[in-house]
Formats: sequence, structure tokens, C-alpha cells
Amino acid sequence: MPPAGQSTPAGQKPEQHSAEEILLAFASAVRAAGVKVTADRARSFVDAVGRLALERRSDVFWAGRATMCASPEDLPAYQRAFESWFAAEHSAAQRLESSATSVTAAALDNDDGGGEGGREQLRALASRRERLRHRDVAVLDDSERALLHRMFEELPVRLPTRQTRRRHLDRHGDVDRVRTLRDQLRRGGEPGPLRRARAPRKPRRLVWLIDVSGSMAPYAESLLRLAHRVVEAAPRQVEVFTLGTRLTRVTAALRVPDADAALALAGRTVPDWSGGTRLGEVLRAFNDRWGQRVMVRGAVVVIASDGWERGDPALLGRQAERLHHLARRIIWSNPHRGKAGYQPLQQGIRAVLPHVDYFIGGHSMQSFEELLDVVAHA
Amino acid sequence: MTQTSISSAAALAEMLAATGYLADEGLATIGYLALSMERPLLLEGEPGTGKTSLAEALAEGFKLPLIRLQCYEGIDATQALYDWDFTAQILHLRSVEASGGAGMSVAELESSLYDKRFLLARPILKALQESPAVLLIDEIDRADDEFEAFLLEVLSTYQVSIPEFGTVKADTAPIVVLTSNRTRDLHDALKRRCLYHWIDHPGLAREVEIVRTRLPEVPALLAEQVVRVVQQIRATDEVLKPPGVAETLDWARALHQLGRAELDLASAAASIGALCKYREDTERVSAALSRMLG
Repeated sequence: MPPAGQSTPAGQKPEQHSAEEILLAFASAVRAAGVKVTADRARSFVDAVGRLALERRSDVFWAGRATMCASPEDLPAYQRAFESWFAAEHSAAQRLESSATSVTAAALDNDDGGGEGGREQLRALASRRERLRHRDVAVLDDSERALLHRMFEELPVRLPTRQTRRRHLDRHGDVDRVRTLRDQLRRGGEPGPLRRARAPRKPRRLVWLIDVSGSMAPYAESLLRLAHRVVEAAPRQVEVFTLGTRLTRVTAALRVPDADAALALAGRTVPDWSGGTRLGEVLRAFNDRWGQRVMVRGAVVVIASDGWERGDPALLGRQAERLHHLARRIIWSNPHRGKAGYQPLQQGIRAVLPHVDYFIGGHSMQSFEELLDVVAHA
Repeated sequence: MTQTSISSAAALAEMLAATGYLADEGLATIGYLALSMERPLLLEGEPGTGKTSLAEALAEGFKLPLIRLQCYEGIDATQALYDWDFTAQILHLRSVEASGGAGMSVAELESSLYDKRFLLARPILKALQESPAVLLIDEIDRADDEFEAFLLEVLSTYQVSIPEFGTVKADTAPIVVLTSNRTRDLHDALKRRCLYHWIDHPGLAREVEIVRTRLPEVPALLAEQVVRVVQQIRATDEVLKPPGVAETLDWARALHQLGRAELDLASAAASIGALCKYREDTERVSAALSRMLG
């Protein structure tokens, strides 16, 4: 609830920007620097500044840090934004000008909306995002791609779970007769509250195998961003590999919190971007190296590939079968699967299909959402 | 004017200093904002940087009761909010039975079971009832998501409704301090409700000042030497657990108890347990000490 008598620093002359505008523009600059500043955080910031004596720069600094940062990782970015924004040589008007470019769709891009003014832009943005959800990521231009990449951060991720065997006390579980009776005996037979217990569910491991060969080039980045989002949601439960001419483990790179930095690091880790592919051999390498360990057993495996196989399809089929015997579920995501008139004609695809539990698309935001949904229920 | 209003950040820093807590400008500013906006304060930082003691200092400074809720894995509303004292209720029923009903109707009897005396007020309810108070929710990162969601609800309205009893609302919002050691990320909604502050280890001068304030009996030379060594240990990235201010104070106190006016190798080795809590650290720090003091 907003405190009564909210005072904002006055300074509204016709040709000058109000202090509030300047503060909100600063909040946008902080957002542009990579800190997740939602509209309500920005409002808290304006409110907080209004409560301090504004003679000192440090007051604005601390008010902003307390209201807009949420973790130590945010602090350096905030510091940089503050220093560049409140550098003495800029006039307020200049700063607003320069921020006007960054206060576009991005500034309004949050769930709890701005005030009255932003409503129109919000609507436009919402419909733009909706259109974007259905577009094939291979044909987007740079600005659309940038917006799409931000949308990745909002994807809801749920891991598949497995039932554990031990029961623990849990208020939402079933009645535990033994514990209830024991309690009753302790009270000399006086009936009491029911004790409930349930065996909790634990997340299953999730393994992503992402094809980064030439034919998958338009999709590889989006798929890695998707994987980054999943790793972010459950860093200890998810493993990511890229498949090309060789097998590369990129889990560590994708654990970097910032998506762009993680992608850059993964890019440096993977030696064979857009090369050829021998899916069967790479999959055999995976099975030999990781299949016999704890990583795959009982896990859900997602293979993102178009199935262009230059090698022997029979080998690919055999390796897919091996993997299928180990893993709980195999989900094959093929970017062409979601498009109209698709027929699984490639030999590679036909070889693996008998050993795949789910065969789904993976070319647009919407199909990524479906993929995550299938993963969650696998 | 409530008991918790304060005119400026400087005034708050002064008040905390009077209790022996030295807050830097940032912490004082944010503390002042939290009081003024009636928002909870979320403090993160290494263990031993004074997150919990800030709540204690606030309580002491404002002369308010400090109510502490220590979080742990699996904590739920019955441990944090309230519970009914089931055994006492049964006893009550039995005694009514034994006295032959005492002329009570069934409805009266039932409502008498949910009397205030059978209500076990857990920390959060207690803080709301006794408000103004300082409510310290310690190590919130140990609790699970459900508890966070529940906490968010309470911290948004400062009221709870108990079905059999009615609604308890704080007349004035309590001062709420949450601390977290970042063993996991908190939910964003909870963070947005709070004012955030990351507490760093203090610099050399400030830490000396802290030791001098908290332990006036320790000689200045010893205090400075101790702090210098601790700062060096912190700066090297070799220890499993960097010593916090709390450890500095412990160590200075231990050395003083041993009757030392200066830091030397023998006394440092004898009292190292106050500074390091891991065997590996003890070995590393002992080696480093012999380099520094040797």
C-alpha cells in the first residue's frame, strides 16, 4: 500500500523536466544496464528519493540501490549506470534525450505495467510479442530477435519429477496411521490431530543435446538460450551438450547468470559451430562417455536436431536405442516438425523415430513453450 | 509521531552508534528509508558482517522488544505464526467434564476452547500483537518457497486472520529486518517488497573503530594489529570461511583475556580458534601468521 502524503521533489517548470521524469529515466538506464527494474521498483525508487534530502548525490545512489537492486550481482551494473547518468557534465535534458531511445518497448516490458501513459505502448508491445511467439526464429531480423531473447527470460520452467520412496511429515499428505496412533498412545489414548505424511517428489535430471551443425545454424542460438533458461531454473539438475562433428559439454558456460555472457562463453567453448555432423557417431560418443554413468539413467533427454545425418542412419538408430534403454524419456525436437506439410523423410529421423517418446517441433517461441511443457510432464 | 519515527539518516546513524553499532552512510540511509516507507529491510552479505546485530541495535535504540524468528528448512506457518495449544484445550475439556459441565452450553464450551489463553503466539503473531516491535526474520534463505509466499502476505498487510479467533492487525507496522546468507535466491516478489542492502566487510579504519567501540577495554595497539591481520586474511582468497566482524571481536576479546597487549605469534596461535572455524583454515592462517608476525 502506498504511504500517505507521498512527496515528490518539486521542480516542474514548463520547459524543464520534472524530477520524477528524470528519476524514472534513470531507472530505465539502470534497466538498460542489465538490472531487472520492474515498474513497481521504479515507483519505489521515486518514492524513496522523495523522502530524502536531495542535496547529496549519495542519497539518490543509496535510494536507488535499495529499491532497484536485488542481489550482489546487480551492484556493479547499478554503480556503472549511476556514475554515467549522474556525471556532472550532462544536463538533465540531454540525459532524457539519450534515454528516450532506451525507454522504448524495453522500458514498458514488464507484467505490472506503467501508468496511464504507457498503456497504448503496452498494448502495441503485447500484440507485437504475441505475433513474435508464432514466428519462425530463423527468419527474424535483429530487433525482433533481441525482443525474443528477452522473452526467453520469462519462460516458465518446470522440471520433470520422480516419486521418492520415503515418507516425510507433510501437512498436505495422506493420513499417516502409524504416526497418528503413536501420538495418541503418547497422550494415553486421547484422540488428537491427524498426522499426515507423503513421499516428496524430486526433480529428475534433464539432459539437452543440441545439434549445432550447419543445417541447424538458424536455430542453435535460440536453442542454447532456451537451455540457458532451463539451467538457470535448476542449475544442478540440467546438463547441456552440443552435437556437431564432436561432442561438447557446455553446462558450465550456461551456468553464467547473464544470458548474453553465457552464450558468448558457450560459443568459445564449442569448436565446431555450423560444421558438418555425424549424429550417429557423436551420439555413440555420448553413450560411451556419459551413458554408463549416473547422468542419463532415469533422466529426461531432449535432442534438438533436424536429423540431417551424413553418416550411417543404422548407426544412429542403434545409438538412439541404447540411449532409450537408459533414459526415462527421449524427446526429439525438430525445427521443421512444426511447419506445414512436414513429412519425416530424412533417413536419420526415420531411424530414430522408433526410439523416441515424443517427436515435436521447435522453431518458434510457441513451440519452445510446448517443448518445455512436454519436458515438465515427461 | 510513533516511537519509530526518526528525522534523518544521520539521526539514525547516531542512534545506532549510541548502542555500539556503527552503520556506514549507505546502511543508515537505507535504514532510514525502511522506517520512513514502512518497508521491510532485506540484508544480505557474508556471515558475520552485522546483519543480525543491526536488528538488535534497532531494538535497543528505539527501546522496542526484539522478536526473532530463526528460519530453517521446512518451517511453516504453525511455527512462525500461531498454533493452538491442543493439550491445554483437552485438559480444559476434561476439567469442565469433571466439574459436571459447569452449566455451559455446547456452543459456549466450544468458543471457550478458542480463547486467547490457548493461542500459542509464535514470533510473527507476537510481533503484530506487541507492535511497535522489531521483528527479525533470520536466514530467510533457509526456509522454502511456500513459507516465503506466506511471509510476503503478512509483510504486505501486517495483519493475519485466524479463523476461530479473528483478525490480528498491527496498530503500527513493526520494523522488519530479514537476513539472508544467499544459500539460494529469494523469490522476486518478496525482494520487491523489501528494501535491499548488501553489507560488505568493513574497511580497516571502520573495523578498528568497531572493535574500539564494542571492546573499550582492549588496548588500541592490539585492536589495530588484530584488525590488520583479519583484513589481510580476508583479502587472500584462500580461507574457506572469511572471518567476519564477529570473529574479529571474538579474537580480540580472546587475546585480551589472555592478558596480551600486543599480538605475537605464540598468543595468536593459542587463540586462533576464535578466528577460524575450520581445521584447514586454521592451518593456512597459522602459516600466514608466522609470515606476517614471524
